[in-house]
Amino acid sequence: MARDLEEYLRPGLDSTPFCPGCGHGILMNLILRAIDELKLSMDEMLFVSGIGCAAWIPSPHFNADTLHTLHGRAIAFATGAKLFNPKLNVMVISGDGDLTSIGGNHLIHAARRNIDLSVICANNMIYGMTGGQVASTSPLGAFTSTSMDGNIYRPFDLCKLVLGAGAPYVARYSVTQPLLLVSAIKKSLSIQGFTFIEVLSPCHTQFGRRNRYDSPADMLKALMESCISKEEAEYLTKEELKNKIITGEFNDGGS
Amino acid sequence: MGYSDINSTLSSGHYYFSGNEAVAEGAIAAGCRYYAGYPITPSSEIMERISVRFKDVHGVFMQMEDEIASICSVIGAVWAGAKAMTATSGPGFSLMQEGIGYAALTETPLVIVNIQRAGPGTGQATRVASGDLMQAKWGSHGDYYIIALSPWSVQEMYDQTINAFNLAEQYRVPVFVMGDEAIGHLRERVEVKAILKVFNRKKKKGAPPFGANQNNGIPPMPSFGEGEKLLVTGSTHNEIGIRKTDDPEVHSRLVNRINEKILNNRDRITRTDSYHLEDAEVIIVSYGFTARSALFAIEQLRKEGKRVGLIRLKTIWPFADKIIKDVGQKAKTIFVPEMNRGQIIGEVMKYANCEVIPYNQTNGEIIHPHRIINGVRRLL
Repeated sequence: MARDLEEYLRPGLDSTPFCPGCGHGILMNLILRAIDELKLSMDEMLFVSGIGCAAWIPSPHFNADTLHTLHGRAIAFATGAKLFNPKLNVMVISGDGDLTSIGGNHLIHAARRNIDLSVICANNMIYGMTGGQVASTSPLGAFTSTSMDGNIYRPFDLCKLVLGAGAPYVARYSVTQPLLLVSAIKKSLSIQGFTFIEVLSPCHTQFGRRNRYDSPADMLKALMESCISKEEAEYLTKEELKNKIITGEFNDGGS
Repeated sequence: MGYSDINSTLSSGHYYFSGNEAVAEGAIAAGCRYYAGYPITPSSEIMERISVRFKDVHGVFMQMEDEIASICSVIGAVWAGAKAMTATSGPGFSLMQEGIGYAALTETPLVIVNIQRAGPGTGQATRVASGDLMQAKWGSHGDYYIIALSPWSVQEMYDQTINAFNLAEQYRVPVFVMGDEAIGHLRERVEVKAILKVFNRKKKKGAPPFGANQNNGIPPMPSFGEGEKLLVTGSTHNEIGIRKTDDPEVHSRLVNRINEKILNNRDRITRTDSYHLEDAEVIIVSYGFTARSALFAIEQLRKEGKRVGLIRLKTIWPFADKIIKDVGQKAKTIFVPEMNRGQIIGEVMKYANCEVIPYNQTNGEIIHPHRIINGVRRLL
């Protein structure tokens, strides 16, 4: 992590818990960069997370109020804190399994109610912490510890899900698109209302090794190749869009 | 901080409330300003009244998507500085159990009202039971301690809800008001006093919020937004909140403290009422709505010159071990009528050194006094 962001980290911690090749360290950096560029005070920030690898991005690393909650329930906890003390700037950072599978009901209802939360979903397409089980976001055919013959179920399109629930700002970027991601996080922190950013963050330890990526670098390269902007996507056929991940802002906060 | 006298938000005087309405008013009187809940029979009137009355006191009311979200948002609001509550019944209480364990481990003061109905499963949603008393103590996984109160009148639904908030704040623990369908829907006169005693949580800037070394084991509690840079986690944590998930000493110290801070204060927390114990051969131990029938029964039997007495448990957890131990030395028999298959009788047997006889009824109806009279007559 860049030294200039060190003031945002809790003193006394000397390493992150993430595996080599994990995208969450990059995401941690980008979140703090967005906060730094907006000159937000960490005294007014509350970071809420659930259970899983991504939940450890803010807790205990961020030098602010942090609430590390039950599996799936981060948004429900955050709702109570935000509504009782609206001065708090509340950001929820958690994983795809946490926010969209076990916690899917809270996600869609907070979006429907337009609660003023910035939700960042670090999507590694697998249950990393528990040993690489198939997730509701795992691609068709993905090999995991509970889908050894390949995942037979379609993954969720998280952005469409949250848009459908009425969120005023929804975006998807990969940790390989750092500048776009910082700008999206800044936007999400500035918009009053429910905002959702799906961040593709590779898990080489659990996903990459089972799905024939020789190294974390190969996974990052593959992510860079498959992520295309929604503008580029308009010119591609259905066949060409197969295995592509469309990134961009799906609702710009205007509506 | 600590106990102070405040003016009642409701003008003093007499009101005609249902038990559920009295709970809502008690909560508002105690300072509850965040409520989250989900509709469920027979507790919904609590939420309905709160949703209206919170407008007068600038409280925040949320009807959440389920009971899991309700308890979790209550915990979030408490750490943001609120006194907060949720109310539910059997199935919703079951859904809340994981959150209750989280609140116990993070020492989050909150109040949960359970208007008990006939279970298990969906059971009989509109009928009475007191089948959730063991669940209140043991419902979440792991070792923790809570406080559970058992009101027997509409007046006590009001008073005990205030008491529940005070105990929660004082001991930093979830407190349960274990009502039931009969008391929730009963209408009675309630006296609202002009001045009431409320406890506000102790704060001490910079003090470790999960500190292990306080004399009484109850650390002060800061809130989000006070610049304390809090670390709140449901994982095992040290005194400042840093996760310690493989340190045996930290785990054992934390688990012991969250239990002992209640158990060491059980004489201050646990309350009972006693009737005619002086010469009683048979003593009824009762609680909640059933204690009304039990009181009626002993008054009838006393008229006939029978030597019977009654201990009413106003607090279920921590259990009233001392008085049961004491009367168990003197009485011939203890009689325990319950609207369940026999829950609190197990605790009575643990401490009473005499014969202990159950009377159990699980038909969705209250236990009528004549059933208690007949049961006791057989023992005399």
